[in-house]
Amino acid sequence: MTELTDMTGPATPADPVAFPQDRTCPYHPPTGYEPLRDGRALSRVTLFDGREVWAVTGHAAARALLSDPRLSSDRRRPEFPVPAERFQGIQDRRVALLGLDDPEHNRQRRMMIPEFTVRRATELRPWIQRVVDGLLDAMIAQGPPAELVSSFALPVPSTVICHLLGVPYTDHEFFEEQSRRLLRSRTADQAVAARARLEEYIGGLIDDKAKAAEPGDGILDDLVHQQLRDGVLDRADVVSLALILLVAGHETTANMISLGTFTLLQHPERLAELRADPALLPAAVEELMRMLSIAEGLQRVALEDIEIGGETIRAGEGVLFSTSVINRDPAQYEDPDSLDFHRGTRHHVAFGFGIHQCLGQNLARAELEIALGALLTRLPGLRLAVPAEEIPFKRGDTIQGMLELPVTW
Amino acid sequence: MRFKVSIDTNVCIGAGQCALAAPKVFTQDDDGFSALLPGHEDGTDEPMVKEAARACPVGAITVSETTG
Repeated sequence: MTELTDMTGPATPADPVAFPQDRTCPYHPPTGYEPLRDGRALSRVTLFDGREVWAVTGHAAARALLSDPRLSSDRRRPEFPVPAERFQGIQDRRVALLGLDDPEHNRQRRMMIPEFTVRRATELRPWIQRVVDGLLDAMIAQGPPAELVSSFALPVPSTVICHLLGVPYTDHEFFEEQSRRLLRSRTADQAVAARARLEEYIGGLIDDKAKAAEPGDGILDDLVHQQLRDGVLDRADVVSLALILLVAGHETTANMISLGTFTLLQHPERLAELRADPALLPAAVEELMRMLSIAEGLQRVALEDIEIGGETIRAGEGVLFSTSVINRDPAQYEDPDSLDFHRGTRHHVAFGFGIHQCLGQNLARAELEIALGALLTRLPGLRLAVPAEEIPFKRGDTIQGMLELPVTW
Repeated sequence: MRFKVSIDTNVCIGAGQCALAAPKVFTQDDDGFSALLPGHEDGTDEPMVKEAARACPVGAITVSETTG
């Protein structure tokens, strides 16, 4: 691709590296990102189609830029960076919340905030604990061994988000599979087909809810019987909002549970420390969020020229945020590659930053604390059932994590 | 040291970072927006309010040091 490097952008110290790249170890940034970890706040990188964009890697710059309204999240803008072939066909329409700028974004976000507060997450904890205990009871009754992704890591957040949204959990195999295709397909055609199936499914749910005499008590029921009925949102908006909440609500947390468990098992001293002092659990979850940074490569496009870190991002240029590298900025985190539950992990960008910071982060924290806590308490002998090198993980996916996690106890 | 805390609820996105960083001072109201717990409206001694301001993803919290 050397012939392409002359086409855009100012001169940089090294040839742009390819972005995104596959992880070589499931819990570390790709080794190919080493040139991005040289202390610069941002670097030029090359996307799959040869386009050059900026990758932000410095912690302070990332926080400044993610809260800068001169960067747009609107995927309909023609210059919006497309990070993988599978996204080529699915950025053609309004994407709720994460694909909108203010004031449109703010209008939708404000409808959702009351459902995802710290207090709401705290109120849900006893119920989440029962879900987790029930799934572990079933897994223990059938094992050992067990495949942790399908028997625990995925069903926990799927059950929780179905309950919150008012989506029947009996449909979980369908929406989990289509979500996987949406986020993992190689080609745009496959991803577009998966999105169409999800939209059709959710559209049907919404129409059924609109016809129901007695509204249910899920978030989708509220949207249908309030915002849709009152004309505040149209049907396409409700479908898009529901799709985002459903996919983001199960896929991310599932990967944090599986990859978090794998990472702990690969750090036996930290695991022993956590077992000895369960009060460390919230700090451990925060540190795992930082270290694993499963939502890699957040995307924006510049609306104006922006000066930052000694560089100028030009209007129309794409800007990607490498959360895994940002969260290991040595200027912010001492010895950043180590897993340390005592560093008082704060201010990581694993949930993003700025107006789009994860809506479900407090729910995610509750689910992760309860799921990891219960797993470690109930299964003191938990270990990998096969050598770590043989366990398949997600390479170059939108969300990082384990494809399978065979465990025994 | 006392701190005066002000919250811009027009900017707040209800992330709850303040309530996590300084739970003695911040809560979320029924709409999910950041709010001060009773007793902190006129100032607080809690130094974690500075962490809360830094943790806010949208800069909705302003903390100023006061002599009173």
